[in-house]
Amino acid sequence: MPGYSDPGFDTLALHAGAEPDPATGARAVPIHLTTSFVFESSDHAASLFNLERPGHVYSRISNPTNAVLEQRVAALEGGVGAIAVASGQAALHLAVSTLMGAGGHIVASTALYGGSQNLLHYTLRRFGIETTFVRPGDLDGWRAAIRPETRLCFGETVGNPGLDVLDIPAVADIAHDAGVPLLVDSTLTSPWLIRPLEHGADLVYHSATKFLSGHGTVIGGVLVDGGSFDWEASGRFPELCAPYAGFHGMVFSEESTVGAFLLRARREGLRDFGACMSPHTAWLILQGIETLPLRMERHVRNTGRVVEFLASHPFVSRVGHPMLASHPSHALAQRLLPRGAGSVFSFDLKGDRAQGRAFIESLQVFSHLANVGDCRSLVIHPASTTHFRMDDGALAQAGISQGTIRLSIGLEDADDLIDDLKRALRAAEKVGASAGGQAGGGKAGA
Amino acid sequence: MQVTVNGHAAYCYTGGKPFDPAKPTAVMVHGVLNDHSVWGFQSRHLAHHGWNVLAVDLPGHGRSAGDAPQSVEEAADFVVALLRALGVERAALVGHSWGSLIALEAAARLGPAATHLALVGTAYPMKVSPALIEAALNEPEKALRMVNVFSRSSLASPSGAGVWVFGAGMALGRRVLRSNPHVNVFHRGFVACDRYAGAEAAVAALACPVLFALGTQDQMTQPRAAQGLIAAARAAGQDVRVEMLPVGHHQMTEAPEETLAALRRFLGA
Repeated sequence: MPGYSDPGFDTLALHAGAEPDPATGARAVPIHLTTSFVFESSDHAASLFNLERPGHVYSRISNPTNAVLEQRVAALEGGVGAIAVASGQAALHLAVSTLMGAGGHIVASTALYGGSQNLLHYTLRRFGIETTFVRPGDLDGWRAAIRPETRLCFGETVGNPGLDVLDIPAVADIAHDAGVPLLVDSTLTSPWLIRPLEHGADLVYHSATKFLSGHGTVIGGVLVDGGSFDWEASGRFPELCAPYAGFHGMVFSEESTVGAFLLRARREGLRDFGACMSPHTAWLILQGIETLPLRMERHVRNTGRVVEFLASHPFVSRVGHPMLASHPSHALAQRLLPRGAGSVFSFDLKGDRAQGRAFIESLQVFSHLANVGDCRSLVIHPASTTHFRMDDGALAQAGISQGTIRLSIGLEDADDLIDDLKRALRAAEKVGASAGGQAGGGKAGA
Repeated sequence: MQVTVNGHAAYCYTGGKPFDPAKPTAVMVHGVLNDHSVWGFQSRHLAHHGWNVLAVDLPGHGRSAGDAPQSVEEAADFVVALLRALGVERAALVGHSWGSLIALEAAARLGPAATHLALVGTAYPMKVSPALIEAALNEPEKALRMVNVFSRSSLASPSGAGVWVFGAGMALGRRVLRSNPHVNVFHRGFVACDRYAGAEAAVAALACPVLFALGTQDQMTQPRAAQGLIAAARAAGQDVRVEMLPVGHHQMTEAPEETLAALRRFLGA
């Protein structure tokens, strides 16, 4: 690449982190399916282990194919670097475990993916890490929840599945005033819709399973550091600013002024917890990212058509997408997400649970499964699946009712998606009519 | 490691090994809006291969207190004072970009006390365009982007797993700028580069071999802009070595192996 180049997003999506393979000339990124890498000499081996020279030792810690993915996602997010891990959940765990141990505290949005909510609410508590949940728009609540032992504020760009938009600049200011970093899960938006680091977030992660991969083929996660947070100035992070006995007394914040977090996350988190990504998975995610700009544009366009259709349908009581003026996050979305607020959203039928089931089971183009961000359109009932461990109160906090249906709009012809939904809505209405129900008049979840 | 120099705390990264006066010492000087961490691999490697490394944060930059140097000469005074404060009698000097001019000026002052001088990504005169100097003062984010775009030679850096060098350069620049609430060290550093006029006299006064490690694709300090100084050094009878590195101005991060190898050959490390 010429030195003057300042590539745009679409170019970075294709080229960042990769160049033709110097050994073979291969233009596509090679898949380095090897556990280990031969040392040139004993001194070379020692230098690699001691971080004196760049290179790869063992694929749990780093791998050339994964390194391309890591650089590419970091480039797209505007970060200093990234770490590819086994899943989005592994990315969240890596962020938390790098920053705190028992006694640590997290302030998190209530509008989270159910798996994240489980990790914070149940599992991390078992390891002595407490979480206080705050509604994403309750800025006073974020401020009040921060304690001396707080190590992290955490939310999603758009909360799953109600699509509450996180006011990243405002929450980041609150966190930073207290000397705490802000971690944002940007899975549902991808860097094509928003780059949270530019709005004040310090760390970003993706379940790369979703839009980054885009084809529903692999499980993976990527954690990105913006390099913006001053761990030393905060005074809350001995993990990064004091000698680490587990790596010859290394002080990560001295070793790398802007890469301290990633250093520890890789040298401790990947080394010891081991939730690494297969190079084959990394390659498939790279294949997906190459078309991310094209896919996201189509996801958003199709979503616009489907949302308009549903919002005007008499058997639909609510459509929860911020593109609609009725959505509580509409104004915030206009400001932070001008390209769109994503293609995963929920809506409520004006029917009972049986009608909801009939609706889902009548769909033919939409696939009923537990995923989002696929190129194919997907549907699920959150209260009985992704969020089934939450009680009604927690569901309500997350913007979910018993009648809520979540869609992930894919890349099919929008007319076909609308036709599929139309047919399924008609089938659901018929179930209500034949049962003497109150199609068109009942409350969702009744 | 913190050292008191001229009454102010100065920070030196020692490469993960404690400072040991018995070992040969290499001082590594960063460029404008950088800090010690740009020498990551090279400093750590030398420190674990028999060298005493002092990768400094210049005064008013990063972890070092004191007034940010207004000139190359002032910064060179700091380097000399640092060595005196630590009782180091002889040292190799390594500098990148602005730091190369500082290392050159310091080596000239040290005379025989300087054992080697390595100038990485250097040019003389190191003129900075008026537009960039003005942007550094009034639109630092824009200027920082320009510098990192001009410095980049690859979208695929080998600088360690998962590191995006362009983003790291941007973040480090922002951090160093923020580290000094009193002075815009970006602007001050560029002005110091632009005004420095002492290189020919300094190179003639050297009493040690000098390495020019230049990036073939360097747009910030183009190799041709170093030729006059190389010629002046040769004309002065100096032991001159030139290494061309396959990289732009991010020598240490975009060509870490080649840069380290060049330094090792030169230093005999």
